[in-house]
Order: sequence, then C-alpha cells, then structure tokens
Amino acid sequence: MTIHIPSALRSYTAQQSEAPVNGATLAEALAALDHRFPGIRFRIVTEQDTIRPHIRIFVNDVQFQDLSAPLSKADTVYIVCALSGG
Amino acid sequence: MKASHAPVSRGAVTLLIGTRKGAFTLKSDQARRTWKVSPPMFLGHIIHHVVADPRDRRTVLMAASTGHLGPTIFRSTNAGKSWTEVPAPPAFAKVPESEKGRAVNHTFWLTPCHANEPNAWYAGTSPQGLFRSDDGGATWKPFSYINDDPQYREWMGSVQDGTPDGPKLHSIIVDPRDPRHLYFAMSGGGVHESVDGGKTFSTLVKGLDVVEGFDPTTVTFHDPHCVRLSPSNPDRLYQQNHCGIYRLDRPSNTWVRIGKNMPKKVGDVGFPMVVHPHNADTAWVFPMDAATVWPRVSPDGKPAAYVTKNAGKSWTRQDKGFPRPNAWWTVKRQAMTNDRHEAVGLYVGTTQGEIWASRNEGTTWTCIARHLPEIYSVEAATFGR
Repeated sequence: MTIHIPSALRSYTAQQSEAPVNGATLAEALAALDHRFPGIRFRIVTEQDTIRPHIRIFVNDVQFQDLSAPLSKADTVYIVCALSGG
Repeated sequence: MKASHAPVSRGAVTLLIGTRKGAFTLKSDQARRTWKVSPPMFLGHIIHHVVADPRDRRTVLMAASTGHLGPTIFRSTNAGKSWTEVPAPPAFAKVPESEKGRAVNHTFWLTPCHANEPNAWYAGTSPQGLFRSDDGGATWKPFSYINDDPQYREWMGSVQDGTPDGPKLHSIIVDPRDPRHLYFAMSGGGVHESVDGGKTFSTLVKGLDVVEGFDPTTVTFHDPHCVRLSPSNPDRLYQQNHCGIYRLDRPSNTWVRIGKNMPKKVGDVGFPMVVHPHNADTAWVFPMDAATVWPRVSPDGKPAAYVTKNAGKSWTRQDKGFPRPNAWWTVKRQAMTNDRHEAVGLYVGTTQGEIWASRNEGTTWTCIARHLPEIYSVEAATFGR
C-alpha cells in the first residue's frame, strides 16, 4: 500500500509525499515505514503503541485509532496532523 | 574562596535559546558588547532546552517537540552548525496492554553527566521521567527505578498536579566531585538525592514550605521551580520554589528559607535561580507576582533581578536598564543563566521574546535581542578549545 506523508514529517522522507510499504496491518505498515525512515514512527505513535493526540490516521477515507487495523495492498494510508493550537 | 568547579572563561559567548517556535543562537564579540542573532533553527518546533557539552565544547543537544508530533532530540557535534535527529529519544518502558502506560510528551531538561563520564547525559521529561544516554545523546534509556516505582508515581501525581504545560522532572544536578552523587527535582514531587549513582534516592524536602493548608510531609505537594548547585562550593544548593527561596548547606538536609529577607512588596516567588560560578555566597532570582490568582509577571510591571551577596541574608534590587513601567514579563525557570567570565555575565529571556544581558553581574542591563518567540530557555556556551 501507499502511505501519504504530511509535510510535517517529510524531513524524514527527503521531502517525498508518498512512500510505498508492505504490511498486513497498520502496525506492520508503520514499522516498515520506520525501517525505511528511522525515527518517523515515534513522532506518530507513542511508546505505548497509541496514536499521538494530534495525529489522525485514515485508511482510504475511514479513520482508525487502533494499530491492529487490517490493510490490503490497494489501500492508501493518510497520516494527518490535526489542529493543535496557535 | 574555594577553587571553583567552573573555571573562569574568557572571550566570546554563545547563548543557546529555546523558544516556543524554534531555536536561536546569539553570539557575542570578544567583549560581550555586541550580539548577533542567528536565523531560526527548527522553526515551528517547540524547543524546551538547548545545552552544550562543556566536556568536548562542540556537542549540543536540543529537546524538541511540536504541536502535532511526538518528542525528539536533535544533536549537533559541530557546535550547532548542523544537526541530526537522534534515533532513540527518551521514552518510557512499554507496559502490558492491560495496563495504562505513560508516554513522554516532551523532554524538558538536559544535563551533561560528570566530567569523568564523557558522552553521558541525563534528561528529565514531562510527565516526570528520568533518562540517561551513554552515547552522546543518540540513544536514551530509563534511568534508575523511579519512573515505574509506585511510591515515586504517587509523588509525581497526575497531569492535574503539575504545571499548566505538564508536570516536569528538572534540575538534574551531578556533583562535580562524585558522579554517583545526584539531585533532581519534580514539579510537582519535591527534591531527591542519590549518593549511589541512582540505585536509591531519598527525599530532600525538609524545611520547604508548601501551599498553605497542605501537609509539608506529603512529598507530592512540594513544587521546586529550580534548584542550582554552587560550582565553587558543591556542598551548597540554592532553590527557587513555588513557596519561596531557599539555601541548603550540606551535610544538613534542612532547607533554610532565605527569601523571607526579600522586600515584602516583591515577595520571594519566581521561576529561575542562578548561582555565581566563582562565589557561593552570591546568587540571583527574578521575582514574579504571586498574589491573588498568580499573574506570574514582573511585580507592579517593573522587572528586576535581585541579588544576594551573603548567601541570602539580604537582597539588592538590580533594575538599571530594564523598562520601569508597564513591562509585564515572565521569566521561565530555564530562561535565566550566567556565563563564567570573571565579571559574570547574566542573561534573561522573557515570555515576550526579549533577551536582556548584564556584563557586570546585574548592575546594568541591556536588551540584546527582541521580537523572538516566547522564550523557554537560555544557556550560555563557550565552544572550541
């Protein structure tokens, strides 16, 4: 599947806005993303494996709050930086 | 005077400035008369603390977070010319799914370890956690037992017991004579000491006041704002607390409230505490208004440092150069510092984004930068050999 990278995280991806990764779940996909771009996962997910408060993750157009969400090869994952103040 | 563990420095000074919207440096000329501000680094990041390593005089660590993203540490090994993000910033241990574990919101405080432990650093986080790196800040692990200890977790309290920006572990101090002798403080949660390299800690809150009506023997009620050790006499500590200014002369374990000698109209509440690097009787505070609903601004809108030159027996106002009326500043606990010149330079960063400097130990003050974002921290560094 493809993970869409928000601008706030493109310092990790050499400014790439999309990254193709493999994984049967959201957790596996984020692990694969971190393997390719070390450090990026911890900015998205806490050490307790919860999605950070001002981050939202959508698979296609459905929001998921659990990293066990299943993925298929055709899916697009969107990492979105939600409003967090001025 | 005893030999100082902070030798006299000379020449140009670099100020490392953390703000709510990025990091900056201010570099002086050799005489500390003119200053040049850098472009922003990591613009938009919340920079809590930027600290240079005095052991190699080229490594710098920067504690960062953003509104959206998790916390991280940036690291420079060339005095801030270039930066890389570290691979493993401070993070609490993962707990089983049936339990509710803690997550580091941000790293708040950075302290280089002892001179005999090159490349080792300590970090304090929000919520309160103590961490150590042994590879120059690249990777971090929980240090000691306190992060998961039931007694310490009780003393740390909940998020509602901490500061508005989150409860914090701060003021990590290493005795320059002994790397196993450590202090740290928590807002809230008191002051703590280890003499065995963190294997055990004991509380150090005797003599400290707490908010009226609460029990001072309950550690969680203690809110030390900033604790500093005297480099010229490591047996002396000073503390700016939520409830006053204190001094502790070891081996005593009872703090003495020296803030009672401040002018009554000003009071003895503030955030920062600075100790003279070469004279343990001299220390500075920057008081704030703690009346009624705690405005936390300069009392009466008239900013001033206060200095004691006799270990707290008396205090002298130092406001020459500061605006007199209508200056409603707050100076946060990491935003006042000193250099180690013979005539010590003092530096104050304000919540309104100004840096004020004194080249004569507080006698006169000059604004050396303005229009920066809200300033969280200021540290003085000397790079190179």
